Amino acid sequence: MNRTLYGNLIFELSKKGRKGYSLPQDYDRTHTTAELPAALRRKEAARLPECDELTVVRHYTNLSHNNFGVNDGFYPLGSCTMKYNPVINEEIAGMKAFAGLHPLQPAVTCQGALEVYYNLQESLAELAGLKEFTLNPCAGAHGELTGLMVIRAYHESRKDAARTKVLIPDSAHGTNPASAAVCGLEVVEVKSLADGTVDVEHLRELLNEMGSEVAAMMMTNPNTLGIFEPRVLEITELVHKAGGLMYYDGANLNALLGECRPGDMGFDVMHINLHKTFSTPHGGGGPGSGPVGVREGLEQFLPTPRVKKVVVNYDIPEDGPTEWEGFIVDWGTDSSLGSIGNFFGNFGVMLKAYAYILSLGSENIKKVGPLATLNANYIKESLKGEYLLPIKGLCKHEVVFDGLVDKTTGVTTMDVAKRLLDYGYHAPTIYFPLLFHESLMIEPTENESKETIDAFIAVMRKIAEEAKTDPELVKTAPHNTPIGRVDDVLAAKQPVTTYWKSLEV
Amino acid sequence: MFKYFPHTEEDLQEMLKATGSKSVHDLFADIPEAARFKRDYELPEALSETDLRLFFEQLTALGNTQQLVCFAGAGCYDHYAPSVVQNLIQRSEFLTSYTPYQAEISQGTLHYIFEYQSMIAELTGMDIANASMYDGATATAEAAMMAWGNAKKANCVLVSETVDPKVRRVVETYAHFHGFPIKLVPAENGVLNRSALDKEIAEGGVAGLIVQQPNYFGIVEDYTGIADAIHEQKGIFVVNANPSDLAILKTPAEWGADVAVGEGQSLGIPMTFGGPGVGYMACTEKLMRKLPGRIVGQTLDNRGQRAFVLTLQAREQHIRRQKATSNICSNQSLMALYVTIYLSLMGKEGLREVAEMSYAGAHSLRDKLIATGKFKETFPGQPFFNEFCVDYEGDLDALLDECTANGYLAGVKVGEKTLMLAVTEQRSTEEIDELVEIIQEFKEEEAKV
Repeated sequence: MNRTLYGNLIFELSKKGRKGYSLPQDYDRTHTTAELPAALRRKEAARLPECDELTVVRHYTNLSHNNFGVNDGFYPLGSCTMKYNPVINEEIAGMKAFAGLHPLQPAVTCQGALEVYYNLQESLAELAGLKEFTLNPCAGAHGELTGLMVIRAYHESRKDAARTKVLIPDSAHGTNPASAAVCGLEVVEVKSLADGTVDVEHLRELLNEMGSEVAAMMMTNPNTLGIFEPRVLEITELVHKAGGLMYYDGANLNALLGECRPGDMGFDVMHINLHKTFSTPHGGGGPGSGPVGVREGLEQFLPTPRVKKVVVNYDIPEDGPTEWEGFIVDWGTDSSLGSIGNFFGNFGVMLKAYAYILSLGSENIKKVGPLATLNANYIKESLKGEYLLPIKGLCKHEVVFDGLVDKTTGVTTMDVAKRLLDYGYHAPTIYFPLLFHESLMIEPTENESKETIDAFIAVMRKIAEEAKTDPELVKTAPHNTPIGRVDDVLAAKQPVTTYWKSLEV
Repeated sequence: MFKYFPHTEEDLQEMLKATGSKSVHDLFADIPEAARFKRDYELPEALSETDLRLFFEQLTALGNTQQLVCFAGAGCYDHYAPSVVQNLIQRSEFLTSYTPYQAEISQGTLHYIFEYQSMIAELTGMDIANASMYDGATATAEAAMMAWGNAKKANCVLVSETVDPKVRRVVETYAHFHGFPIKLVPAENGVLNRSALDKEIAEGGVAGLIVQQPNYFGIVEDYTGIADAIHEQKGIFVVNANPSDLAILKTPAEWGADVAVGEGQSLGIPMTFGGPGVGYMACTEKLMRKLPGRIVGQTLDNRGQRAFVLTLQAREQHIRRQKATSNICSNQSLMALYVTIYLSLMGKEGLREVAEMSYAGAHSLRDKLIATGKFKETFPGQPFFNEFCVDYEGDLDALLDECTANGYLAGVKVGEKTLMLAVTEQRSTEEIDELVEIIQEFKEEEAKV
């Protein structure tokens, strides 16, 4: 991180006639686009930048200096599982042999890639305790939507058209209800108890009232407060009895690796965020990958294409019967819910996730949940004197505080978050979950050392102290970052979303 | 310990003591016994870095994974990208960061997204672009939902039959579950049948129309007059365009589109077996607040500096929950960065040069294939860009196998007799000639023996 703002736009560095590429010149020029009727051609050339190579390299290198990643420092962003992204995985995903594969080339010419794909499906099924996975979804929200489609396809197959409601705890992440709405489902909120867990009595009432209309219930477990839902088995049983399916939002799966599997808790459908639990880089917001897993009896509804392992028997005139075992891409099944993307998902991301699983192996994957959970509980116990802990007891991989204990200083969670930036930390997730007014959600992954966490705790205490001794310092933070707090209202009131528009204002 | 776990035995003991637990498993005492996982995962044991590398090298060895000279397209193209692009996107400050919520330490990401939005707006001619989507197919499905959501009285969204069938299937899947009908407008000689379209529009209730440019078969269609007809019905005109070709082709805005979408993989992103690519989505200012996905805007910080920030968030799921314009949470940020750096280097002239070379190569290949006497043009007289269809008289599968055996991916089969081939600037005259030679010399009788 560089504390000085590098503010140029690439368009401002452009100068007519400059070039940042070189292409072969010896090609057959018999045909040119001038052959196309004028009515099919654009009137004016696109005003793209004209820059030499070094200008472009410096520009984006300088921009990167105004960014903060996991490699720069501790990134305790709750519910985002900001793990270390192993370098070897980037090397593997960048192998030319994978990067150069066309998705429609014959399966016999890409068995190695299909083997990775298939093995990752199988590995996730084992880790989740479910039957089969599709790797087609490109992100967590995409996975949620796909999973809900599976559930609707299941009810449709049983001609149970009345099931159009989905039960979602009020503590859920906003994506859950949004995915349900996109999938054409009606959202019904289930209340939470004071401790943030699902109000099972309220659930029971809802099921009594509208059980035959319930398509599914969506749950995150541990929930968005980092608390394991103690009555999860009862919940899944109640919903199943009413004829609904249970959807597991895999956002918080990291806590459970080694200790508990969604399939064993009674969930029927789930998604996993490979960019959280399986260490693939978040990339400033993507590309992610959100594989969806299902229990036995639902696999026929998964979206196509599907990668399958097959055994083919055929006769070679001189050698006699021969058996070929390999992998194929199956593009169509009648029972499938349809398709949800261009091809079969973000293969480049899958390579990294599979490399991660192989690096850890059976013996280390089971330590992930316990170590992440230990780190979170350690922070919880260490900071509860200065920060308000609204829910006592064990947390899982993340802990939620409700701002500072001392509310008299006027220092808010926003201020604490911004002050952390000054000290070289990314901020925790703030103002979520909505259950508390001053939520501060901290997630330290299993990759963080005791020294890193101790240093963070010391800084959090120091900020609590500053809030008392010099509240203005905290309220006006950050001070050591490339830019100060931004004017969100100005951005929304008079939207300037392109360089061209910026020239007008 | 393991290389990604820093906890020593001493650390564990001190930390457990602070939490009042005897073992890490005590931290899971709140999980009901019946839900506990007590065995080992049935997964391979840990591989050392050396063995891991060896494992993947074996998977990519000859016989397992074959590099073919690529004449296939159908939504995924083998374009050149300057070496700089891959190098810069690997910078860990970009690669290992999250969605840019904390603007003060995310100007790098916010800044390049603003540049990306500007470039997409310029290529498509539209007013505003979002920060990117998963891929071209889902971006098109989002556009269909946008059209449906925007309509006051409508009973369907129209989709041209010349839209990529893979994209159509995604649109149909989303529409089915979201709850609105899709009507297919048939094609004639490889292009949208205008009288069939006029008939559909005359029936009324059209929320929107989705077309593709160049269309699935590579044909550059003439969409003159369509926007007006759709707008008369208060419907939305959606153009799915290949952004690489927009260096030359009439822009979606010039066709009168309300929404432009498409797959950005053709802007130099490696094929990587179909993903990750990047979907783009742009629209008119009028529809700005109905656009799904992240949007970055310009503003000022409290020091008076120009700064960038996520904006118009009142549309989004984390604020609006089930009332959001979409369930999309993030974008395809790193791939948007890829496109931004690619377009910065290629620039105004480079993208045109790519288009010219691809156009020239495809037309040269078409001429040479027809000259073999083995093919006929599938859609005679239709203008195309860098992808085209030809009909083969014999056994197309046998021909394709022969090409594969010689290291060539000779295109994508799109009908019993129809082969679709794409040419990019990556294909040399020598490769084009060799493919033609393999095809010329191929004799089916010999292959069958």
